[in-house]
Amino acid sequence: MRREKSFDKGMYIPHHKEYTNEKNITRLLPYPEEVIIPLNQHIGETVDPLVEPGDRVEVGDKIGDLDEFWSAPVFASVSGVVRAVEERPTGTGCDCLSVVIEADEEQPEFQSSVRKDWQSLSIKELKQLLKENGIVGMGGAACPTHINVSADDPVPNLILNGAECEPFLTCDHRMMAEWADKLVKGAQILFKIIQAQDCFIGIETNKPDAIEILEEKTAGLDNFHVVPLDTKYPQGYKKTLIKAVTDKEPPMGARSAEVGCIVRNVGTTIAIYEAVVHQKPLFERVTTVSGPHTVPEAGNYIIPIGTTVRHILTSCGVDLNNIEGHKVVMGGAMTGTAVNTLDAPLTKSDTGVLLLPEEMVNISGEPGPCIRCGKCVDNCPMFLFPNELSLSAEAEDYHEAERLHATECAECGICSYVCPSLRPVVENIVQAKPEAKKIRRSKNK
Amino acid sequence: MTDNPDIVVTEAPHLMTDGDTTLIVMSDVMLALLPAALAGIYLFGLNTLYVIMAAVFTAMAVEAVCLKRVGSFQEVLGDGSAAVTGLLLALTLPPQISPGLAAAGAAFGIIIGKLFLGGLGHNIFNPALVGRGILLAIWPAAMTSYTSPVDGTTAATALGGAEFSYFEMFIGNIPGSIGETSALLLLLGAIYLFFRGRIGWRIPLGYLGTVALLSPLFGADVLIQLLGGGLLLGAFYMATDMVTSPMDDRAKLLFGVGCGLFTIIIRELATLPEGVTYAILIMNALVPLMDRYIKRRAFGEVS
Repeated sequence: MRREKSFDKGMYIPHHKEYTNEKNITRLLPYPEEVIIPLNQHIGETVDPLVEPGDRVEVGDKIGDLDEFWSAPVFASVSGVVRAVEERPTGTGCDCLSVVIEADEEQPEFQSSVRKDWQSLSIKELKQLLKENGIVGMGGAACPTHINVSADDPVPNLILNGAECEPFLTCDHRMMAEWADKLVKGAQILFKIIQAQDCFIGIETNKPDAIEILEEKTAGLDNFHVVPLDTKYPQGYKKTLIKAVTDKEPPMGARSAEVGCIVRNVGTTIAIYEAVVHQKPLFERVTTVSGPHTVPEAGNYIIPIGTTVRHILTSCGVDLNNIEGHKVVMGGAMTGTAVNTLDAPLTKSDTGVLLLPEEMVNISGEPGPCIRCGKCVDNCPMFLFPNELSLSAEAEDYHEAERLHATECAECGICSYVCPSLRPVVENIVQAKPEAKKIRRSKNK
Repeated sequence: MTDNPDIVVTEAPHLMTDGDTTLIVMSDVMLALLPAALAGIYLFGLNTLYVIMAAVFTAMAVEAVCLKRVGSFQEVLGDGSAAVTGLLLALTLPPQISPGLAAAGAAFGIIIGKLFLGGLGHNIFNPALVGRGILLAIWPAAMTSYTSPVDGTTAATALGGAEFSYFEMFIGNIPGSIGETSALLLLLGAIYLFFRGRIGWRIPLGYLGTVALLSPLFGADVLIQLLGGGLLLGAFYMATDMVTSPMDDRAKLLFGVGCGLFTIIIRELATLPEGVTYAILIMNALVPLMDRYIKRRAFGEVS
C-alpha cells in the first residue's frame, strides 16, 4: 500500500521548485523606500483609512480598519511617514484605496511582546485576536480567518495545508522546515479555537525534509498527524486536500466545517502563532521570488506588505531593462495573476512573485476549436466537463454552465494547460461562474 | 513612478501548455496507421499508393481551399485533421479502386461530413466514414470488388465466405481493404495510440467484446468476425475518433457496445457486408444524446 494519500484525477505537472527549495528564509534587503498598502487585501469590505497624509506611523501600527464582520484590518509594514491615501493600482488590475508610506532609512525591528499565558485566553478572545491582527488566508484565498472559524460548534478536524502544489512556490516548504515549532504552536492555538479532536498536516512528498521535521516535532502530540501526500496538482486545493486527508468529499455548496474540517494554510497558521503569542499583526510575510533562471537571487524572503513588485525584483538582482516580453506573476504559476504594472504591491495572500521568460509566455499558435479529445475531462479534479463548460460560457448560456456545475470549478487551470487546441478553457469557465452561481442560488431557494 | 517595461498580461494558468497540439494529436494517429498503410502498399501493389495519396491530398486540398488556407504547405496542412480523414478513408477502400474515386470520397467526406457541419470539432459523423458511405451508395460495385494479395486476381474476402487460416488473417495476407487486413499492424498502432493517451480502452473493448459475444448467436466464427473485415480498423481508429465519440467513460463503453451490436446485425442480416461503416455512423448519431444524458458524478455531487 502506498504511504502517501491523494485524490482522484488531477495531474502531475512540472514542479519548477529547484530554484528556491533549498534557499533559507531571509529578509529582503534593502527595505523599500516606499510601501503601498491596499485597504482591501481580503475577501470582504474595503476598510477605512485610520491615518492621513503627514502622519507618522511605526511598523505594526493599525492604519486601516472597519467595524464589519467581513473585513480585516491592515497595518503599517514599515516605520515612516504617510505620504498619500489614494487609489493605487494593484496586482489584480483594479485600483484600490491605499495608504502610501515613505519609509525611514533606518528600520527598527518590530517590538514584539510575548504573551505567555495564551492558554488562559477564551476561545472568544482568541477569535477576536485573529480579527484584530488582520489574519487572512495567506495561501491565496485571502478569506479572513475569523470568518472561517466563526462557527460555535466544535469542528473535529484541523487540516494544515502544506501541500504547496503550485509550481515554483517554496515559501510554505521553507516555513515548515525552518519554523516547525511556530507552526505546531499556531496549530495548537487553532486546535483550541475550533475545539478540534485531530490535527492533520498535509505535505506533498517532494518536501521530505519538512515531513521529517514535522514528524519529529509532533511525535509527542497524540492528536497531531503528519500526512504525506502524493505530489499531484492541485493537491493544495481545499476540497482535494480534504478528500486526500479524510477520504470525505465535501458535498457541493457545503462549507468545509459541514464535513468536520477546517483547512488552514501553514503560513497563516504561523501568522496566527505570531499574532497570538508575540502580538505581532500581519504586516509582512514570506514570499517566494523565483523564475526559470530569470531571477539571479531567487529565494524565499520576508517582505513587508505593500512592497512593490519593482522593488522586490530589483532587490533580487533582476535588471528591469531586460524583462520586455516577460510575464510577472503574483501568486502561483497555475492560478496567480499576471500584473500589468510593476508598481503593484505585495498583499497578505501573495505566495510568490514570479518572473516568467518569453519562451514560457509566447506559445506558438492561436486557439482552435475543441476537438473533444477529453484531456481536460480526464484530468479535471472536480470531475467536470471543462470542454462543454467552456463552450457554454462562450455561448453565454449560463443555465447550461450551471447545469454542468460551473460553480464547482476549482480554477486550477489544468484544462487550459492540457488543451491541444490551446483554448482558454478555465478563463471561460471563470467568466461564467458568477452568473452560474446566481442561477444556482435561485434554484436552491 | 511609471516607466513600466513591456510586460505580458494574460489570464492564468501561466504554465500555458504541456506542449501538446492538435497537429501532434493528428500526427500520432497518422503514425499509428503508417505500418498498416505500408503493408497495404506492399501486399496489394502500387495502385494502393496512388489511392492513399489521392485521398490524403484531396482531403487536405479541399479543406484548405474551402477555408481559404492556401498560403503555404503549413497552412494547407493546418491541424492535420483533413490528412487523417483522407488516410483513414483510403485504408477502407479496395486496393484496385481508381484513385479518382478515392479523391471523390475524400472530397465528399470533408465537404459534406465535416465542413458543412461547422468544421473540426463540430461534425457529428466521422468524415472518413461519410466519404466511404457516399462512395458505397454511388459506386457499390467498385467498392466491394477485392483482390487477392497473392496473385492480384479478384477474390472473395474472409467475411464473404472465402477460407483463410487464422494466421494469414492475423498478419493480413488476405483480400480486403487496403489498410484493414493486418490485425498485427493495426494492433501495434493501437497500442501506440493507447500509450500516447489518444484512445481509451472502453470503446474498442465494448465494440470487439460485443461482436465476440454475439457472433456465436448468429452462428458466425468469432475470429473471422474479428479479423476478416474492417472491424479492427473501425474499432481502434474510427469509433475512437475524438470528435464523434462520447465524452463520459460509461457512455464510451455503451457507444462501443452499440457499434458492436449494429455491426453484427448488419453483417449477418443485410445484403452488403458493411457492418462497421454503418454501425459507427449510426452510433455517431447518438453521441449528442449520450453526451447530454450520460454524465459522471461531479466532485461532491449528491443525487
